Amino acid sequence: MLLIPCPYCGPRPELEFRYVGEAHIARAEDPSLLDDEAWSAYLYVRSNPKGLHAERWQHVHGCGRFFNTLRDTTNDAFSATYRIGAPKPDLPQPNDKTDAS
Amino acid sequence: MSGAFRLPRGGRVNRTQRLRFTFDGRSYEGLAGDTLASALIANGVHLVARSFKYHRPRGFVSAGTDEPNALVGVGREPARYTPNLQATSVELHDGLVCESQHRWPSLRFDLGAVTDALARLLPPGFYYKTFMWPAAAWKRLYEPLIRAAAGHGRAPRVADADRYSQRYVHCDVLVVGAGPAGLAAASAAAESGARVILCDEQAELGGSLLAEIEAVIDGKPAAAWLAETVAALDGRSNVTLLPRTTAFGCYPHNFIALVERVTDHLGQPDPHLPRERLWQVRAREVVFATGAIERPLVFPDNDRPGIMLADAARTYVNRYAAKPGTRAVVFAAHDGAYRAALDLARAGVEIAAIADLRETADGALPAAARAAGHKVLTGTVVAGTSGRRRITGVRLAGRDGRATSVACDLLLMSGGFTPNVSLFSQSRGKLRFDETLKAYVPDRTTERQRAAGACRGLFALTAVLEDGHAQGAAAAIEAGGDRVAPRSFAVTTLDAATDAFIGAVRHGRATRRVKAFVDFQHDVTTHDIELATREGFQSIEHVKRYTTTGMATDQGKTSNMNALGVVAEALHLPVPQIGLTTFRPPYTPVTFGTLAGPSRGVLFDPIRTAPMHDWAVANGAAFEDVGTWKRAHYFPRDGETMHEAVARECLAVRRSVGIFDASTLGKIEVVGPDAAEFLNRMYTNSWTKLAPGRLRYGVMLREDGFVLDDGVVGRLAPDRFHVTTTTGGVTRVLQLMEDYLQTEWPYLDVWLTPTTEQWAVIALQGPDARRVLQPLCPDIDISAEAMPHMSVREGRVCGVPARLFRVSFTGELGFEINVPAGRGRAVWEAVFEAGAPFGITPYGTETMHVLRAEKGYIIVGQETDGTATPDDVGLGWAIGKAKKDFVGKRALARPAMASADRKQLVGLLTDQRETVLEEGAQVVADPKGAAPLRPLGHVTSAYWSPVLGRSIALALVSGGRALTGQRLFVPMPDRALAVTVVAPVFYDPTGERLHA
Repeated sequence: MLLIPCPYCGPRPELEFRYVGEAHIARAEDPSLLDDEAWSAYLYVRSNPKGLHAERWQHVHGCGRFFNTLRDTTNDAFSATYRIGAPKPDLPQPNDKTDAS
Repeated sequence: MSGAFRLPRGGRVNRTQRLRFTFDGRSYEGLAGDTLASALIANGVHLVARSFKYHRPRGFVSAGTDEPNALVGVGREPARYTPNLQATSVELHDGLVCESQHRWPSLRFDLGAVTDALARLLPPGFYYKTFMWPAAAWKRLYEPLIRAAAGHGRAPRVADADRYSQRYVHCDVLVVGAGPAGLAAASAAAESGARVILCDEQAELGGSLLAEIEAVIDGKPAAAWLAETVAALDGRSNVTLLPRTTAFGCYPHNFIALVERVTDHLGQPDPHLPRERLWQVRAREVVFATGAIERPLVFPDNDRPGIMLADAARTYVNRYAAKPGTRAVVFAAHDGAYRAALDLARAGVEIAAIADLRETADGALPAAARAAGHKVLTGTVVAGTSGRRRITGVRLAGRDGRATSVACDLLLMSGGFTPNVSLFSQSRGKLRFDETLKAYVPDRTTERQRAAGACRGLFALTAVLEDGHAQGAAAAIEAGGDRVAPRSFAVTTLDAATDAFIGAVRHGRATRRVKAFVDFQHDVTTHDIELATREGFQSIEHVKRYTTTGMATDQGKTSNMNALGVVAEALHLPVPQIGLTTFRPPYTPVTFGTLAGPSRGVLFDPIRTAPMHDWAVANGAAFEDVGTWKRAHYFPRDGETMHEAVARECLAVRRSVGIFDASTLGKIEVVGPDAAEFLNRMYTNSWTKLAPGRLRYGVMLREDGFVLDDGVVGRLAPDRFHVTTTTGGVTRVLQLMEDYLQTEWPYLDVWLTPTTEQWAVIALQGPDARRVLQPLCPDIDISAEAMPHMSVREGRVCGVPARLFRVSFTGELGFEINVPAGRGRAVWEAVFEAGAPFGITPYGTETMHVLRAEKGYIIVGQETDGTATPDDVGLGWAIGKAKKDFVGKRALARPAMASADRKQLVGLLTDQRETVLEEGAQVVADPKGAAPLRPLGHVTSAYWSPVLGRSIALALVSGGRALTGQRLFVPMPDRALAVTVVAPVFYDPTGERLHA
């Protein structure tokens, strides 16, 4: 069970949260200006990286707020947590070339 | 004296406490401190099992939780019977009843052993190669036979009568394993002031020290040092000691699951105690001191009862005072095995020979063995064994090719020790192959964890103790404890060099003619693994799954490294290139009860009850589950069937008046200057011009354009809306609203409050509804002129502050009385009393469903399934034409969303009035076409309509609206039902009754 760092409440167990998808995907001010492919990309296309992933969580059984995190998808380590609307921190991707398995 | 093979002195067993137990119906005696295995060995019993595939006789291989063979079923009564327990881990108690498994008619004479002779028909993947013809015979004959022949114990058929509890705990340092490394680590961490938890799977703390009779630590014999160290830890208030507690799972961020076995070792447990306790530990730092597991050697017929691991034999003698045999041969690949020879000889076992597959054996331990007069044959291997239910002899082959037969009733084998990296690797720690140890050791991890002692490849006792201390001190500092000075330990013992052997022993015999077992529990031989590599399986992941090596309940503890060795040899590749399979929780099997804890029976799921629930119970309602809610389904009277009750309720509502508990509907209070603007963006409808005091039916879409939820929304004031949602949808709706409000439009001045449980909702529906209600709310004018359909008034009903909605889901004149939940029952009873002269009838969800279907009102989740647009289900009218944007609007502009062949909501009338269609049944144009028929759609709702005296149905049919009047078919298993497509409304299409 992950320990998730809520920027408002501190580190809390995963049971208190809801995962709400990749972060920094803004809804267009005027969606009518986007063509079908662009709208489809907004709805469905996500980056799915191996490494640092900017994603949103909602503290549903806590303060109820949405917030952003940077989580390494290879080991679930959280390297940053920041408020909605704040810019994504500029952290280097973890460099893990060796794979002993 | 409890067994012919019990040693008169020594061991940690208690000779004053004799225990009686039965195995396969026969009575034996053991001592307190015995495991089932040690007690059976003390009684000279070695045949305890039949193997999985070949039903070969099997005995004990080890003395601990790495045991692959000796699986037994334990339990005196069916409700407390556990199959597949390792006899080496079961603590003996008085009155223990256990049996062997997977043999018929008996352990000594098992008919299943015929498969041993048929081995050539049962290679890996045999079910793809043999038993193929005739094709029909697989399902009816071969598979049932094979399933019955394979397998382990019998599953219990009654509910578990025991109780299990769970707890969460936090600590600074968790130390897993209480052998020398773990004890040293825990002591160091405790000294720093950190909060320490030390757990060990065994009943006694001490690990390898429990069988250590020769070593001296800091001037004391190992046993004395052990007792002092444990007592010191026990005396510290910042230390929690957990024996009989297995750390079985490591989850991210140092969340470690432990299972404590509380009562299994007690003959008469306190009934107030749980059988097992789950500890869910969140530790700042973890130290793994999980030791190393001895490795068998792989040679022909290495699986007979009486063939066991060398250190296991040493444990039976030193710790349990149980002699595993009278005349032993020792087969060694490293110095450590000689310790066993020396300790067994001291206990009176004759050592017939020590065969060492190495060319030279010059260490301190082999020297001591020679000095004690034992015959040491280097460059010699065991090339075969004899004896069926017990080993009777071995065939030794020397480097000169000569073979010698040696009689024995015990063969000890040891290929070295494998560091136990299961838990470290469960945490996704990376491993590194050590060429000298021929083993994987922990390398790097991103978790706050470290390994100490044998589990990271240190075997000399001095190094183990010092490493344990250093790791414990380091962990404590990281966790915020004080600095602890490093220390050394003065240890006197004969050290072993770290030679190791993996893979198959070179026995010189043809592989396909012999059975040299790699995985004992799954009966996997070297032949099987070599066959897999010849068939093209090159990665260990494939070899594992194809041969099933390492996939048994022991997760390959004694077989993984040998399997890797065999594969590496077959492919002529270095071991690191073959790969290593992943270790997964649980480390050892865990009871379902432990994981379930208290969540059983009525506590399995939360139960939510509506404010008037108790009244419904008292009035005989039958209930249905709607999510976690209990809702009254119907109110049967005088032995009515459900059909009869529903028919009566429906007619009562349409003819006089009915009363219904609608409290489970979701409610959200939306407040703020930007409330209307916010709702405009969330719903398809326009809200700007909705006057306070009015209601509107709202439709909410997802951003991909499909219907998510619906509900009536009331405007109480310019800046205040009472939003309702479906019973099951309120969480989804609120989450979607919060998502947009917090992350897209935080500048909107509006806030949301969930109020589902704050309001009781009493629906009063039927032509007499107004007559019933008016006397109860004298300060609200509810006449047709003052309160038209779809309006809301605030005032008092029965003296209670209320929001009164004029709204209907039945198509009759109707009201919904919203009062604070705590006043719900009282208001309900007052309304019920006022309705008595009119024959007021309580109705349930079934009637509610029928009445709304007669009017063609959809239910989200029944007529929709997440792929229906508003137009698909006849709700195109709800889209505000002038609205520039709302959630889902852009997606509706896709060409596919307006395609003519989309599934559209229609009504279906069966030719036969009495026939009610099945919900979910498919609809086709021509039932006589060639299979598979092309489905045009499906039936979403179907009921008997009492007021129409015939069946009705709603369906989603491709291009349905254009098919009105046409005949379609619903194929059923026995016949095809003919239906006519009609508009999806069956009763009062103009809505006259609604506006009464």
